[in-house]
Amino acid sequence: MTVKSGTIKLGCRGVWKLFGDHAERLLATAGGAPDDEALRQAGVIGAVRDVSLEVHEGEIFIIMGLSGSGKSTLVRCLSRLIEPTAGEVLFEGQDLLQANERELMDIRRHKMGMVFQHFALLPHLSVLGNVAFPLEIQGVDRTTREARANEMIELVGLKGREDYYPRELSGGQQQRVGIARSLAVGPDIWFLDEPFSALDPLIRREMQDEFLRLQSVLKKTIVFITHDFDEVIRLADRIAIMQDGAIIQTGTPEEVVTRPATSYVAEFTRDVPRAKVVSAGVLARPGQAGSVRVPASARVGDVAARVFDEEQPIGVDGADGTPLGVLHRQDVLDILLGREPRQ
Amino acid sequence: MTEVTLEVARPRRRSLGSVPFWLAAAILAGLAYRFSDYLPEWAVEYPRSWRLPIEPWISDAMKWLINDATFGLFTFQEFTRSIAWLFGWLLEAAYGLLAEGFTFGKGEEAFHIPHVSWLALIIVLVMLARRVSGRRLALFIAACFVYLAVFGQWSSAMITLASIVISVPFGVLAGLLVGIAAYRNAWVERAIRPVLDLMQTVPVFAYLVPILFLFGFGPVAAMIATMIYAAPPMVRLTVLALRGVPEEIKEYGRMAGCSQRQHMWKVMVPAAKSGLLVGLNQVVMLSLNMVIIASMIGAGGLGFDVLHALRRLAIGEGLEAGIAITLLAIALDRLSQAAANKPPKAHGSVRGATWLARNRLVVIAGVLLAGSIVAGALVPAVATYPESWTLTTGKFWDRVVEWLNINLFDTITIVKTWLLVNIMLPIKGFMVGLPWPVLLGVLAFAGWRLGGWRLALLPLALGAFVLLTGNWEKAMITVYLCGLSVVIAAMTGIPLGIWATGSSRRTGATLAVIDTLQTLPSFVYLIPVIMLFSVGDFSAMIAVVAFALAPAVRYTIHGLNQVPEHLVEAGRAQGCSRRQILWKIRMPLALPEIMLGINQTIMMALSMLVITALVGTRDLGQEVFTALAKADTGQGIVAGLCVAFIAITADRLIQSWSRQRKAQLGVA
Ligand SMILES: Nc1ncnc2c1ncn2[C@@H]1O[C@H](COP(=O)(O)OP(=O)(O)OP(=O)(O)O)[C@@H](O)[C@H]1O
Ligand SMILES: [Mg+2]
Repeated sequence: MTVKSGTIKLGCRGVWKLFGDHAERLLATAGGAPDDEALRQAGVIGAVRDVSLEVHEGEIFIIMGLSGSGKSTLVRCLSRLIEPTAGEVLFEGQDLLQANERELMDIRRHKMGMVFQHFALLPHLSVLGNVAFPLEIQGVDRTTREARANEMIELVGLKGREDYYPRELSGGQQQRVGIARSLAVGPDIWFLDEPFSALDPLIRREMQDEFLRLQSVLKKTIVFITHDFDEVIRLADRIAIMQDGAIIQTGTPEEVVTRPATSYVAEFTRDVPRAKVVSAGVLARPGQAGSVRVPASARVGDVAARVFDEEQPIGVDGADGTPLGVLHRQDVLDILLGREPRQ
Repeated sequence: MTEVTLEVARPRRRSLGSVPFWLAAAILAGLAYRFSDYLPEWAVEYPRSWRLPIEPWISDAMKWLINDATFGLFTFQEFTRSIAWLFGWLLEAAYGLLAEGFTFGKGEEAFHIPHVSWLALIIVLVMLARRVSGRRLALFIAACFVYLAVFGQWSSAMITLASIVISVPFGVLAGLLVGIAAYRNAWVERAIRPVLDLMQTVPVFAYLVPILFLFGFGPVAAMIATMIYAAPPMVRLTVLALRGVPEEIKEYGRMAGCSQRQHMWKVMVPAAKSGLLVGLNQVVMLSLNMVIIASMIGAGGLGFDVLHALRRLAIGEGLEAGIAITLLAIALDRLSQAAANKPPKAHGSVRGATWLARNRLVVIAGVLLAGSIVAGALVPAVATYPESWTLTTGKFWDRVVEWLNINLFDTITIVKTWLLVNIMLPIKGFMVGLPWPVLLGVLAFAGWRLGGWRLALLPLALGAFVLLTGNWEKAMITVYLCGLSVVIAAMTGIPLGIWATGSSRRTGATLAVIDTLQTLPSFVYLIPVIMLFSVGDFSAMIAVVAFALAPAVRYTIHGLNQVPEHLVEAGRAQGCSRRQILWKIRMPLALPEIMLGINQTIMMALSMLVITALVGTRDLGQEVFTALAKADTGQGIVAGLCVAFIAITADRLIQSWSRQRKAQLGVA
């Protein structure tokens, strides 16, 4: 997957979020960029530090990092659920931080959706009530909103459970409700804060597939948080890696794994199976291919079997169909064994 | 393993530091008392000329409020009168519906609509109980209300119920709105917290006086007092419940684009529902607690019956009405608790799309009640349980009392006199004769050790108020009665708690008994006590001990049960005997929690003491009581504040001790 150069849907520049007393003053005195030492002395937590990023229309942008690295805080700054200490957040070109109460409410009602780690379903409403809730808030009449809610419930595969209450559902089902609810208003941007972390591995996988299926239909712009690299590999177009509140690298999963910006990122991605991220295009060398051809974006892990099974070398085609070269067995083996690829 | 025991042992040794302190304080106090003749006069008895006339100031302020105060558009008096009018009107309607029926016109043409039938009401309540809980509760409710009918308590009970039915919704709503305001604005919370603290520690009688003054004698004043008494826990529980809503749900509400109002009423309040229902239950219980007390300023019904009987020493009658209040209290408690704990709706429970189908039970109940009114007009026995079917055990109880007086009087008198002469009076003499600077000094020093200079200033400032208003001696009598009762309650309650933790069966049984005891209105405790011991300090003490025992037991059980299991296992692994485990591991670790129980015991003892003024004590309670009789606002408020200040001093000292100790033990 290559970087999509679509329009920028959501971006932020120089966003800071400091927790503690007199955070603004500290930021001002330190010239807008206090270092670790200054923060520690002031007893202030630097949850988000000088973050700038851009999310393109229709891409799945994943923010990942260890627990406490500031992912949730960053996403809450992007949706302005919490007020950043400094910086600007641009949503469709408009500075979100300048929006007044009324405008913000409108944006949230019509353009943003959010899915929460612990589902955050309203316990007193049925599935139908929960999914229809955001529409009810907007004052949509009952029949319209329930029709729309039923549509969403069917979309996430919960048909037949409309009048169940959240506590009567399994974790996976509850999160389906959370997803249906956040989609009911047809948001332009979709925030998901570790939506599958509270689920056990089998259900998580199933939900990831479900999520990809939905995205293939809906094509939303998505900001997704996780601390699980498997999830990144399966879902991400681009990722940003956070450490102690700062973003230390942004890129495709392949870039991050194969060209880590810092030793922290290298360490972080050490156990990621290379075969699952490196694409065939990277390994293509000049040569004469047989009849079997694979696209450049195919993952090495997915084509490896054929490389060894076929008599003839396998060819690699670019996105536009031009041949890029062939795959060498030695290169594929290196990737499979986790060795550094030879140049 | 050794590390674990060290962890327990170390703080034990460190806290020994406080033993010499308390020893020294006791010796100092003893010496000061023994040699008080050598101290200057003013240190032993606070001089009259140093007092401030705070009581008349307050009384004058109240008079100004009634006579001259105005809000511009309307005067203060018009304000109170319109409140009184509103509640009076509602109360009349409820009385009419439940107890008296409605009469239109006069004389010959008078047209009377009877009240709701006793039978229909029982059926509806049983249906409700079945709905919120199940068959057991339904049976229990039926039994309670049949008792009311059979023992001739029905019409009084309905008057009481009518005032509860009106006051509870207002109390809940007021508490909810104030709680929401406090949740939203930090400054409201800061402003309201000390007020709530004070309201929970000032004895109820004390604010009966100003209410009496503002609203006059009668059921409306009684109902307003009940609401003021019952609403504070609702405020607290509302704030707690709203705070307890998971952060994600709050965030979701905002993400969905809720306006402020939508966020509160569509997200927060429903999500906090179970906590809010606990508040409702508290309001119901406290309102019922007030039933007898409220009858002192004009509430009718069961409370009036009990009070009237107690004043005439008609034990049998008092007992029957007291049991009626208790049953009503327990019935409403169980009903509201069941409603609070009812599992949320399950799918399919709201089947049927029509309004009629969804609210079938409500419709049936409405039809039944309305029908019973019509039937009652035709057949009087349907409306009112016939007099000739009632039973009474009054005679029987009077005979029991007579028998007790004849056969046990001498024995009881001997025990009572011995205790009075050898224990109670000397302690009383000591407390009253103890020079006030010494006591204040010891308290301030204790405060300083436990919480720094702020906590040292607190007893000084509160003590100064007691001195300045000239209530020191009465306050000391209160402290003596309260202290002695608390010691006895602790000596009974803690062993009982230890016994109860022996097995989970015992724990369950003990907690069930305690829960029931705590639903009894405080006045009810006086009945058997008067029956056995007639009036005086001794009776007061017994009633206070009985009333205040519950928290000592409850907190002991809780404290012992929350000791981390691994510490107990470590002890067992080292070969401690059961007794050693109890005394060397469990008790030291549970002590901070037990002390919180003692704290509660003190608070309850103080509130009960005021009520025992009815049996002739000479303490602050009596002061409040006479203020009520004379409608002397100043005296009532001042004496009430003095009681509250004793409570606050004890509370703050014990709380900070417990906090410190828990931190030391790492069981916070
Ligand atoms: N309201 C707050 N007040 C003070 N500190 C906070 C607050 N919220 C978050 N923090 C701190 O900010 C840092 C970042 O927290 P955040 O919740 O954004 O991390 P996260 O990356 O989402 O972690 P996780 O994977 O555990 O969800 C943490 O050190 C946290 O303790
Ligand atoms: Mg998080």
